[in-house]
Amino acid sequence: MTGNVTVDYPQIVAEICAELSRLTQGRVEVGEDTDLLGDLGLDSLQVMNLMLQIEDQFDISIPVSILPDVKTVRDFATQIERLVRAS
Amino acid sequence: MGLFDKFQGLAAARRELETIGIDPFGVEIERILSPTEGIIHGRRTILAGTNNYLGLTFDPDCVAAAKRALDAEGTGTTGSRMANGSYSNHRRLEQELAAFYEMRDAIVFSTGYQANLGLLAGLTGQNDVVMLDADCHASIYDGCRLAGAEVIRFRHNNVEDLAKRMRRLGARAADTLIVVEGIYSMLGDRAPLAEIVQVKREFGGYLLVDEAHSLGVLGERGRGLVEEVGVLADADFIVGTFSKSLGGTGGFCASDLPALDLIRYSSRPYIFTASPSPGTIASTRQALVKLAAGRDLRARLTANYRRLHAELTAMGYTLGAPASPVIAVVLNDRMEALQFWKSLVQHGVYVNLMLPPATPNGVSLIRCSVSAAHTEEQIAAVSAAFADLRSAAGIVAAELGTGT
Repeated sequence: MTGNVTVDYPQIVAEICAELSRLTQGRVEVGEDTDLLGDLGLDSLQVMNLMLQIEDQFDISIPVSILPDVKTVRDFATQIERLVRAS
Repeated sequence: MGLFDKFQGLAAARRELETIGIDPFGVEIERILSPTEGIIHGRRTILAGTNNYLGLTFDPDCVAAAKRALDAEGTGTTGSRMANGSYSNHRRLEQELAAFYEMRDAIVFSTGYQANLGLLAGLTGQNDVVMLDADCHASIYDGCRLAGAEVIRFRHNNVEDLAKRMRRLGARAADTLIVVEGIYSMLGDRAPLAEIVQVKREFGGYLLVDEAHSLGVLGERGRGLVEEVGVLADADFIVGTFSKSLGGTGGFCASDLPALDLIRYSSRPYIFTASPSPGTIASTRQALVKLAAGRDLRARLTANYRRLHAELTAMGYTLGAPASPVIAVVLNDRMEALQFWKSLVQHGVYVNLMLPPATPNGVSLIRCSVSAAHTEEQIAAVSAAFADLRSAAGIVAAELGTGT
């Protein structure tokens, strides 16, 4: 249990946006309201792989079962914040 | 949003295939001639995409056993074993599978897909953690979903990543189910099983190894990667299928844990489906005997896949993994893979086309599966078709990609 509880929400959003910008090679402007599937056209596997990238930065494991609840960057950041606080 | 609106993307993808003039996911084999040959589009075609690793689908003893069972026990069981009862031969096959793995017991399921679905949904629940390799088969993901279990993926074949995630779980690691495959179906690569077993020893937990593609292929007696690596005793659950090396339909889970028998009562995919037909059970029992004794079959299979792998490598193709009966040729993009697949069929070679998101790292693959029943001439013909296409289509080496 080595989660970094000092991580705050804006930092999580920034990390996700940075990762998404890398994934889309800067073609799409990414913000809190960006829809991962609708706006970025990611498939389920790409979202799961995005999770793998983000997890290490916050030293958490994100259960795949949260996927149905994650549509936007905000949804994703909220889930990560919850997991970081719980760790 | 209408009921069928979600199909628009699929409809567009299918129209694109029609434009190219192919239907790679709906191929009709007009006549099946042997384990390795059929008639497709009116011409004799070498089947190199069937997972028929030992070529037992036409084995005279297996066919005779199925015919005898058909005469003696009829065409079907017409229901679930829980409701309709178990035919003796279904139970016998379970005992034979258990003996094969030197384990306490085994459960037979109606398909390989249902073996994972049934075991995972029966064993795990909402409060359990399943730690699975990111490249695990859809049946494993679906089983976890049916169970409502907490699913954590670790990076494909990355033991450090697995250990890191087990460490994060703290006390929960001791009851976590780790799931890996002997040979992964897309690229044909193997799990680093000895190292994975070490992680299990360090953190606790249970280990499920899906040997679907390695049963009959690896190990002295064909028991899969667990036997080849010498860690059979460390596997808590072995899952496998009858529909590849055993040439039938169905699946199983073997375990030395006494609780396995209780899983029958909690597994919806076991309870609420009809059990395999008597003919299927009979041919599988016969095939299991052949598989266990089949060192000659494994020797032929190994010679065949090593040869094809070496020849494709020499031609400059990018292959998904070191030699195994699953040989995945990595192509540059979807369109190249579609055209390549079409050309192979025109050359009289049937293989599998694998496209994202079914594939890891978004790669497009042409997947060959090699059989012990392929003759030297057939392997040469498959190889020649690849050589011809490489020069004709100007295919350049693709990158496998490091993925995540």
